[in-house]
Amino acid sequence: MASSNAATHSHAHDHAHAHDDHHAPTGFWTNYIFSTDHKVVGIQYGVTALFFMLFGFGLMMMMRWQIAHPGEALPVLGPLLEKLLGSNMAGKGIISPDLYNSFGAMHGTIMVFLAIVPLATGAFGNYLVPIQIGAIDMAFPKLNMASFQLYFWGGVVMFTSFFVPGGAAQAGWTSYPPLANAIPTDGQTYWLIGMVFLISSSLLGSANIIATIIQLRAPGMTWMRMPFFVWSQFVAAFLLLLAFPPLEAAGVMQLMDKVFGTSFFLPTGLAVGGDLANISGGGSPLLWQHLFWFLAHPEVYVLILPALGIISEIIACNTRKPLWGYKTLVYSALMLGFISFIVWAHHMYMTGMSTKIATFFQTTTMIISIPSVIILTCLLLSLWGGSIRFNTPMLFATAFLPMFAIGGLTGLPLGFNYSDIHLHDTYYVIGHFHYVVAPGTIFALFAGIYFWFPKVTGRHMNEFWGKVHFWGSLVFMNVIFMPMFSQGMGGMLRRMSDGGINYLLRPELLYMNKVILYGAIGLALAQIPFIINFFQSISGGKKVTSDNPWEATTLDWQTPTPPGHGNFDRPMEVFRGPYEYSVPGHQTDFTPQNEKPKA
Amino acid sequence: MQIPYTSKPRPDTGLYNAKVGLWLFLASEVMLFGGLFSAYILLRTGHEGPWPRGWLSVPIGTFNTMVLISSSISATMAWAACKMGQFNRFKMFHGITLLLAILFLGVKSFEYRDKLTHYWVETKSGVVADGHLVKKTDTEVVLHGVRTSDAAVLYDRTSADYKKLHHEEITIPTADIKKISNYQPKLNIYLSLYWCITGLHALHLIGGILVFGYLWGPGSSMWNRDRERFTNRIEIAGLYWHFVDLVWVFVFPVLYLF
Repeated sequence: MASSNAATHSHAHDHAHAHDDHHAPTGFWTNYIFSTDHKVVGIQYGVTALFFMLFGFGLMMMMRWQIAHPGEALPVLGPLLEKLLGSNMAGKGIISPDLYNSFGAMHGTIMVFLAIVPLATGAFGNYLVPIQIGAIDMAFPKLNMASFQLYFWGGVVMFTSFFVPGGAAQAGWTSYPPLANAIPTDGQTYWLIGMVFLISSSLLGSANIIATIIQLRAPGMTWMRMPFFVWSQFVAAFLLLLAFPPLEAAGVMQLMDKVFGTSFFLPTGLAVGGDLANISGGGSPLLWQHLFWFLAHPEVYVLILPALGIISEIIACNTRKPLWGYKTLVYSALMLGFISFIVWAHHMYMTGMSTKIATFFQTTTMIISIPSVIILTCLLLSLWGGSIRFNTPMLFATAFLPMFAIGGLTGLPLGFNYSDIHLHDTYYVIGHFHYVVAPGTIFALFAGIYFWFPKVTGRHMNEFWGKVHFWGSLVFMNVIFMPMFSQGMGGMLRRMSDGGINYLLRPELLYMNKVILYGAIGLALAQIPFIINFFQSISGGKKVTSDNPWEATTLDWQTPTPPGHGNFDRPMEVFRGPYEYSVPGHQTDFTPQNEKPKA
Repeated sequence: MQIPYTSKPRPDTGLYNAKVGLWLFLASEVMLFGGLFSAYILLRTGHEGPWPRGWLSVPIGTFNTMVLISSSISATMAWAACKMGQFNRFKMFHGITLLLAILFLGVKSFEYRDKLTHYWVETKSGVVADGHLVKKTDTEVVLHGVRTSDAAVLYDRTSADYKKLHHEEITIPTADIKKISNYQPKLNIYLSLYWCITGLHALHLIGGILVFGYLWGPGSSMWNRDRERFTNRIEIAGLYWHFVDLVWVFVFPVLYLF
């Protein structure tokens, strides 16, 4: 970067150095593609992740069709699929079992690694953490750019894998070996390479967020004055930083199994298709499961913590009162972070684990529900006695609470091994975690988009269509996921491309497959107003009348709208906690964090 | 506008940004290699049959350990030289670190080459031959090494034990071969771990060499522009380097000695 006072190169500056001056970039490439500005990177993450979310949703729609109408040609898209993927994958427009498996594996992978986590931490984290702590940018802007580029190219690799010989990965988003190695497709190799990209991206991003929070808080922004959203990002970033590398190690090992013919995860005497596999053997499939779930359980909290953070900001602002139990929330989030590292094997009760080990993981799993419930209770109590503004973000935020509660409470029977043995790998599990992530996290992300849209673009999204989007989504989410509990308890297994016709213990539950399909179609229709509203409001929405349209207290609303390069037009100093709403004696019902106390 | 604390430490944390970032990166690296070592423990404790032991040369490994430890010392000396404002001294020590790192990789590639020319042959008559390839034609394979009908002596041994075994030129007709493989990753799970762990470690060294090379060469012009920031760069590059050494200090006993 150019230097404005490079003449003084003594090493006795008071502040950072001249060549590190933070100039606004010029030109298309540096502005929009290789930008180092945290806000642009955040928007890049957001747009890409929303695209992938739509794509993952599309995969799900096609799967739901196949489940409700097994063996029938896919309407509209069927011929297109056949043309794109070949007749052995989608002959006559019918989704083959292999293609169904691809869609299932890639729906999970895309939703978790390419849509929700990047949206929650990459987009919201990048855009909001610096402005909420009063910083002008992230601590390492270039790493931030690299993080996005790695994410983007990881996504491209994943997307490309649909078109390689054999199709995309088919062994589930968990990629359990030996299945993952036995399926003859290059897609699995692409999946692994894509994952290495995505993991590296998330390492750079999470280290950046943590360093930013530790180092770049504005004067007066002490730890206990940070908005809860920043805390949630802080804990989530630590989870990503420490839980992902073991999966990277596992990914490298599975890649060696695929490419160099090693047997890290392939046991001696493995038979594939009835014949003894030609492998050296000596490996352990369980090792993969341990390394995978050591990431993937903390990953659940990476999905949910930023969502809780977003919800907290919106609830505090729209109830016009402080969050109930701010410190309790903070400590609970920290507890959640720590304990999430020692619960992973509750995904593995069916692996022949000894009862002693199972007891340990059952105990930790029950313990981790305590901080989760504390957080939820605090948020619920925060509503008490507030004069609530039911705008679109607040509707999503209030709906989040019961939806997330359903998701959380239905998890308890899965945390005990004796009930898990019955429910494992059924639609009950699908219903459970989708309640956490879909009407849970995704609702929070929608809430966040509606809430911060005026700050990012300077215009409001349309309230009416926002409400249509909300009610449609709320109703159809439940139409989709609620029947899955019954189906699961009736014994319907997941990952069956025929929708369980041949396996279901209680065939009278099959009609629900059709109900769920109609729900999915309804959910798709309910997203149309959102998509139109989103793009239309960028240029045609109602203009904001002030920099702080929601009359919020945190520093993100003290920036110009939209924030320019460097975020603030004056240096920020913080004098008070994040949620000083309705302070008695104050002339407005909100007191910004940077308002000087009266002498 | 400038991002603060790029070279001056923040008063309440006592750290400048890059140092925080590097320690976080190292924490994730600990988890990466921790994952690999956990895999090693799980695979070894769950292993059936003899575990290959003494398949690597301890003297060479010891030598390489010394090389890396020395490079850590010179990396520290280079940073100290920066702190004292002695640029030429810095250049010398930093250069020594670079040369030692390249020496390490040279020795390592010698070891790798040795493994790739080392063959393991099982014959249909139940004999195992293990040795370096002398000649390979369509009709026969000639190795120089050990021939035995008791493969156990080839598994659990020390490299000294192995040397004591009778070495000879062994000719095996191709028609008699049941299995032939050099010491590539897929020969057995021990070699898989060896290649995977040392390979990733070597990649870390290559990354380090690129950074050190840049800081010794074109990057060192920053010394004249911003001495303090340059010194910080040397410090965090050094921290990374110590970490890579530390990983080797675990790799060496785990793969060479135990």
